[in-house]
Amino acid sequence: MAESVQPPGPDKRIRPFSVKRQTGFTTVAIICFVALYAPILTLVVFSFNAGESIANWGGFSWRWYEAAWANEQVKEVSVRSLVIASCASAIATGLATMAALGTTRTRPYRGLTAVFVVINQPLMVPEIVSAVALLIFFAMIKIATGYTGLGYLIAAHTAFCIPFAYLPIRARLESMDLTLETAAADLYATPWKAFRRVTLPLLWPGILAGAMLAFVISLDDVVITEFVKSAGQDTLPTYMLGQLRRNVTPEMNAISTAFLALSIGLVTIFFFLSRRRK
Amino acid sequence: MITISAAFAEPESIVSERKSAQPLAFRAFRDTLFGPSETETGGKRLAKAAVEARHVTKAFGDGPERVLALDNVSVEIRENEFFTLLGPSGCGKTTLLRLIAGFDHPTNGSILLNGEDISHLPPFKRPVNTVFQSYALFPHMSVADNIGFGLEMQGKPKAEVAKAVDDMLRLVRMEELKNRKTSQISGGQQQRVALARALAPHPKVLLLDEPLSALDLKLRKEMQIELKRLQNETGITFVFVTHDQEEALTMSDRIAVMSAGHILQVGSPREIYDRPSERFVANFIGDTNLMEVEVVSVSNGRARLRFASGAETEADMPEGMSEAKSVTVVVRPEHAQLAGTGDNGVLSGQLENVVYFGTDTHYHVRLDEGVLFTVRAQNVRGGAEERQPGARTDIVFSELAVQVLRD
Ligand SMILES: Nc1ncnc2c1ncn2[C@@H]1O[C@H](COP(=O)(O)OP(=O)(O)O)[C@@H](O)[C@H]1O
Ligand SMILES: [Mg+2]
Repeated sequence: MAESVQPPGPDKRIRPFSVKRQTGFTTVAIICFVALYAPILTLVVFSFNAGESIANWGGFSWRWYEAAWANEQVKEVSVRSLVIASCASAIATGLATMAALGTTRTRPYRGLTAVFVVINQPLMVPEIVSAVALLIFFAMIKIATGYTGLGYLIAAHTAFCIPFAYLPIRARLESMDLTLETAAADLYATPWKAFRRVTLPLLWPGILAGAMLAFVISLDDVVITEFVKSAGQDTLPTYMLGQLRRNVTPEMNAISTAFLALSIGLVTIFFFLSRRRK
Repeated sequence: MITISAAFAEPESIVSERKSAQPLAFRAFRDTLFGPSETETGGKRLAKAAVEARHVTKAFGDGPERVLALDNVSVEIRENEFFTLLGPSGCGKTTLLRLIAGFDHPTNGSILLNGEDISHLPPFKRPVNTVFQSYALFPHMSVADNIGFGLEMQGKPKAEVAKAVDDMLRLVRMEELKNRKTSQISGGQQQRVALARALAPHPKVLLLDEPLSALDLKLRKEMQIELKRLQNETGITFVFVTHDQEEALTMSDRIAVMSAGHILQVGSPREIYDRPSERFVANFIGDTNLMEVEVVSVSNGRARLRFASGAETEADMPEGMSEAKSVTVVVRPEHAQLAGTGDNGVLSGQLENVVYFGTDTHYHVRLDEGVLFTVRAQNVRGGAEERQPGARTDIVFSELAVQVLRD
């Protein structure tokens, strides 16, 4: 009780350094928020523009959403994007889970750092370099096999999605109590059963986070997709890029806003799923 | 002086007899749980080894960083025994437990279970369960699922698992919390669940690694009693690890005192306390008075010893020490007394300090040869008059109080 008695007069206690108390903090913070969200807000607002312009407000309407919905090409590229993102994130998450298990459930050995580098290569090599490399490499395979399907895009997306799936899974594994697996083994669980019944359920939030991240990263990739895609294999982002080069209508805003809603939806679902697991 | 001898070694047989004298109700309960235990059929206890470590060495790391966590350790743990590994932190207790459980494998030597070498078996093939210091309950399962996990992994039918889980919940008095998540119960309750989970598959041996160290004092005392009860009711061999000497003395049938990767002495609590074989054991368990004494003569394992004061006494000489010219002896503070008028003192000195503890009083006496000697006396109403610091005093103790250490 004694601690709550404050001496009269100004509080003389020394406060730790706090960036919040620096002059101009509020101003800088507001500028940052505006810079981050004003463009997005503008984009969303003008997706409801009744006029043809993305700069002059002509009243509220759903017309651009209807236009986008009726646009067969938009539908086609959206489906393609979702197919690639689903396949790539699923494969990448599976591989990343194995990689994470392989790099954490082991004694440190020489070359473990090299393994990290290899797994996280897409984070370090400039995307344009990967894109060119893949273009040349896949071109050779195309000539050799004659296959020109979606497989190339899925393979390329899988490759750059792996580190994004890997990092949250590994973080989760590292924070996991190893005694739990020891306890499972002590209670007659074979290594496989211990993995199925103990490790995997506890790892699940990390796997889910990795998969979501991989999905979103794959969904909005432009550079590598642009290089690797064959004719008629536009994804939603590369299609939008192509459209923007010609004429800009609020239809693009409408598609982008729908895209944004999908991302927010995914993150929200993930948030609630991971909270329920705790 | 006679009072002291009464405190001495109760023969080993009486200690082991305790188990068969357990109330019938306990045995009946255990038998319904697990079926009658083999060792009791015929009404006679067989002192068979449940676990045996043979010349076990465990080294960690190599080169200059090599640590010998266990150095040629051999020990036999009997069936149905409450066996305690006692020693300071870092002496290798956990390592020995992990070798028995199969989480680690010995660098040298072998681990036997019921006479069978299990050194090569993985943990999930050993009929041995562990209660972990951190409990290690599965956080994504309910209390009941945790307890049933072992049986389920053994492939027992669902109904059997469910029945065993209920029995276990009853055994640890946790019926109401069956469907709780393990994160929604208190530390003491988690401890009980951990115990129930490890006992449910009815292991041959239960290993407990400092299971009580995370509990507060009151809960700790409760769980000590609870553990003894569980051991009685289940008839399972318990191997218990602690660094708390009092806990070891009150709970164990036998204790192994460990230090720096070695087992120094194995015996009943009484033997360990009254007949410590080494300086480390004497110092680690209870308060001690250590004295250097001269060996006058040795015959048939009995030695005539002379104190610095000139007084002589007889004591058992440890094996292989008949050549020693001088030895260290132990006298426990409560086995010595301040001499009354008319007693012939063994030692004499000056009273330096008197510390009153309520139940007893400690007298610190500076002996004439310069060593400090502590005498502990029970406080009784109308007892001897209080002694004042500075007074000269003699100290007396019986021959039985003198224990020669192996050095
Ligand atoms: N995995 C390990 N790697 C290296 N050294 C270890 C390992 N486990 C235990 N040790 C060492 O072995 C010795 C005994 O450890 P431990 O059995 O845990 O002691 P206790 O349980 O008695 O406190 C200590 O010196 C400890 O540092
Ligand atoms: Mg330990």
